[in-house]
Amino acid sequence: MLILECPYCGVKAEETELAAGGEAHLKRYGPGSSDDEFHDYLFMRENPKGVHFERWRHANGCGKWFHAARCTMTLEVFGTYTAQTSVPTQEILDKIAAKRPGWTWREFADGKK
Amino acid sequence: MSKAVSVLNGARFSGLATVEDAGLQGMITLRGDLGSKTLKAAVKAATGAEVPAQGSISVAENGAAAWMSPDELLLLVPYEDAVAKTAEVAEALKGEHALAVNVSDARAFFRLSGEGAREVLGKVSPVDFDAAAFKPGQFRRSRLAQVAGAFWLNDDGNFYIVCFRSVGEYVFKLLSAGAHPQSKVGVY
Repeated sequence: MLILECPYCGVKAEETELAAGGEAHLKRYGPGSSDDEFHDYLFMRENPKGVHFERWRHANGCGKWFHAARCTMTLEVFGTYTAQTSVPTQEILDKIAAKRPGWTWREFADGKK
Repeated sequence: MSKAVSVLNGARFSGLATVEDAGLQGMITLRGDLGSKTLKAAVKAATGAEVPAQGSISVAENGAAAWMSPDELLLLVPYEDAVAKTAEVAEALKGEHALAVNVSDARAFFRLSGEGAREVLGKVSPVDFDAAAFKPGQFRRSRLAQVAGAFWLNDDGNFYIVCFRSVGEYVFKLLSAGAHPQSKVGVY
């Protein structure tokens, strides 16, 4: 059972209270972008074994969207953070680096800002 | 004017705990900046209660204010006053980025009392109801089996449960089944 702490209401919510919202920090390619960019934006998703960033919604609760960083292999949760950001917060990056040295996920990686 | 009736018109079930339709309750949904002075004053004027802290409810003599989310409160007022109070709050918040809506008739309201109350609610909700974890004055929005619901523990030891009126009958039957006299688990 996955338990995530909602950063908006401070509740330690378990999975049944939440709704999964897919991969985090997608960059939208809309009008004016190339077909390849649009294709990748629509269809290409990460499927990592290890560090992963996701969007979640506290559906049966405050109703807010938030981000979560967790490990898909061990289900360890590194932390949750605000939805009002397009990159993971430094605090989260530091936590992951401490536990998974050398991690990498899309354009993010250990030691890279 | 038609006669207003609460969802199950005072239905009651007694088992491990007593489940009751708590009757008509004025409820106002208020969204806005909870830190704003104008909003704080409007809440105080309408309910007599202060703006509650995260995850709690502040109860006054004739009303209460419950924390729903970082930008939303649920104001409890006497049913007869709900329309007037909604207008008052809206008037007081003119110019602010805020919205007050009277949702009294869109909600069902239940009281859960008796020794088994924690256990009954614990059967249907993924929340820790241990006496050390869920204390009087705490307010929680969560899930009651398959539907959304909110509840708080009053100082008198009774739980109050708010849900959508459309699922009121479901919630009543759910709690009644949970309170079946032969279904004691004895966790809390």
